[in-house]
Amino acid sequence: MKKLLLATAAMALGATTAMAEVKVGMITTLSGGGAGLGIDVRDGFLLALKQSGRDDVELIIEDDQRKPDVAVQLSDKMIQSERVDVMTGIIWSNLAMAVVPSATAQGVFYLSPNAGPSQLAGAGCSPLYFNVAWQNDNLHEAAGAYANEAGYKSSFILAPNYPAGKDALTGYKRTFGGDLAGELYTELGQTDYAAEIAQIRASGADSVFFFLPGGMGISFLKQYADSGVGLPVVGPAFSFDQGILQAVGEAAVGVVNTSQWSKDIDNPTNAAFVESFEAEYGRLPSLYASQGFDTANLLFSALDKAAPSDKAAFQAALEAADFDSTRGAFRFGPNHHPIQTIYAREVIREGDVYTNRIIGTALEDHADAYASECKM
Amino acid sequence: MSLILIIEQVLNGLQSGVMLFLMAAGLTLIFGVMGLINLAHGSLYMIGAFAAAAVAGFTGSFALALVGALAAAAAAGAIIEITVIRRLYASDHLDQVLATFALILIFSEGTRWVFGSFPLFLEIPPYLAGPVTLPGGIAYPKYRLALIVAGLAVGALLWFLIERTRMGIRIRAGENDREMIAALGVDISRLYTLVFALGAALAGLAGALVGAIQSVQVGMGEPVLILAFVVIVIGGIGSLKGAFLGALLVGLTDTLGGIFLPELFKLFTDPATAQSAGASLASMSIYILMSLVLIWRPTGLFGAPA
Repeated sequence: MKKLLLATAAMALGATTAMAEVKVGMITTLSGGGAGLGIDVRDGFLLALKQSGRDDVELIIEDDQRKPDVAVQLSDKMIQSERVDVMTGIIWSNLAMAVVPSATAQGVFYLSPNAGPSQLAGAGCSPLYFNVAWQNDNLHEAAGAYANEAGYKSSFILAPNYPAGKDALTGYKRTFGGDLAGELYTELGQTDYAAEIAQIRASGADSVFFFLPGGMGISFLKQYADSGVGLPVVGPAFSFDQGILQAVGEAAVGVVNTSQWSKDIDNPTNAAFVESFEAEYGRLPSLYASQGFDTANLLFSALDKAAPSDKAAFQAALEAADFDSTRGAFRFGPNHHPIQTIYAREVIREGDVYTNRIIGTALEDHADAYASECKM
Repeated sequence: MSLILIIEQVLNGLQSGVMLFLMAAGLTLIFGVMGLINLAHGSLYMIGAFAAAAVAGFTGSFALALVGALAAAAAAGAIIEITVIRRLYASDHLDQVLATFALILIFSEGTRWVFGSFPLFLEIPPYLAGPVTLPGGIAYPKYRLALIVAGLAVGALLWFLIERTRMGIRIRAGENDREMIAALGVDISRLYTLVFALGAALAGLAGALVGAIQSVQVGMGEPVLILAFVVIVIGGIGSLKGAFLGALLVGLTDTLGGIFLPELFKLFTDPATAQSAGASLASMSIYILMSLVLIWRPTGLFGAPA
């Protein structure tokens, strides 16, 4: 009997050492209209994992199909039956709002590689929640700042009707000094913008700001170029990322967009990242891929210092953000969102490939507007 | 709100209506003749768009791309009819829904496997690119006008085929009494394959035509499929005339509702509330239209009484 107990105890001990591994749950969009974004985040993350050579990280990847209910089910499964320590991966803000608050409430760290809804940056912030990409408003604030610089006086602005769409228009309005010729919320996943383009034409605006990520942006840009309206367009990088530029084609060339990352940011980490990503996957990385890559490296830098089970130490290790980012120096503000420089880029054609190059800085060392509302 | 804007929006509504008709026509034919609910109709739309993008990428010709889309969608339709759908005619609608839903998943993953997850590029042909100025100074994209004309032409052809040809007589006969026409010596299973391929080709054509101004990506067919179902329910299931009127009604309601409802609400409330309330109501408008039609005529506008 004693022997048996001892054996059980030994087995239990053995089990705990084997479980010293860190379990990371990635819920992201791998099918449907937004799949390109999730695949880039995943591939960036996997590339960092491969380059780190770590064998103590177990990564579980699930597809949320861009559906909040599916994301919630997956996160319940990951937290309750897989017992993950850290979660990451969500692309869309409405899914993040459905998953992140309950995950952090259950003591799981969440590192966002993309979605940065204002609610989670302000009053709803959490010590366990970190955003490695941006607060949603940031790139749009930069677009507004760029529009001022370009001398636009009257913008027509549109975005889909979901949390990030509202953050987008709020962000643009926060920095843009001119008037609004019109403001529209479209449906999420809308594919035909004829009605909106007709309104733009009739509005008398001198510029258009739009935030339509993924396939929505492809449809809008193609239709806008064909409509002959011809007003200058500004937008965040989301409609001009590497994954969709090839599908938009010539219609995007010359358009100015704002991004915290670009493949020509000059630092060794970024150069190595772009080269190794292209070698590994046979395509150029997008900003989403860079965000996935940075998220993974942030996580690994923290794992080197502390285990996620020691919450305070792991949180401090994440806050230190002691890793080489593709964006150069990287630091978090008090609400765990990045304080970073946002660039203005221009779409160009390089041989057969459409891509972006930096033409200037839109906002230097920019922090988000909600940090003061965050009480941790 | 100027008159020019209103006319432009009516044209937009018409354009989205005739494209919906191409989808709904196949759906309603297949339901009318074979009594089959085909959820995979949206996948055939997607196949049309992908085939067009692939052919256009390879040959650079938009006309060949359309031929490729028609051929690919018709072939895919014929293949699934022979291998899967044929076994479902005798079973109830739940089985059909389950089996065709499975086909959606198979087609989506299959397309992702062949073409990858990133959207494909399909361009408007140069001779149809850019706007044209209509009488009254309305600048309107040439391609969208071409879509309206193409949709109406296909509708006319389809009417001729069904009402004026021998094959049309057989299809209508199959709709009314399938045992009797089989007894008269018509090869009913070949007729079914033909009708299914015809419906598939129409969906593929719609996918290719619309793909040039939208994003060609996996899953592009499902939102259109839902609208097409609304169309055939409004028009009366099985009726081509109903599908045509229903499609125009849905296209116009959808487009004009999104513009005028917020304007209407601005008369009562502040602009921000009007914008969001109007937009919400606009996205419901086609379903409200559907319920009103169903209250007035439970079998749809041209549906046969049950």
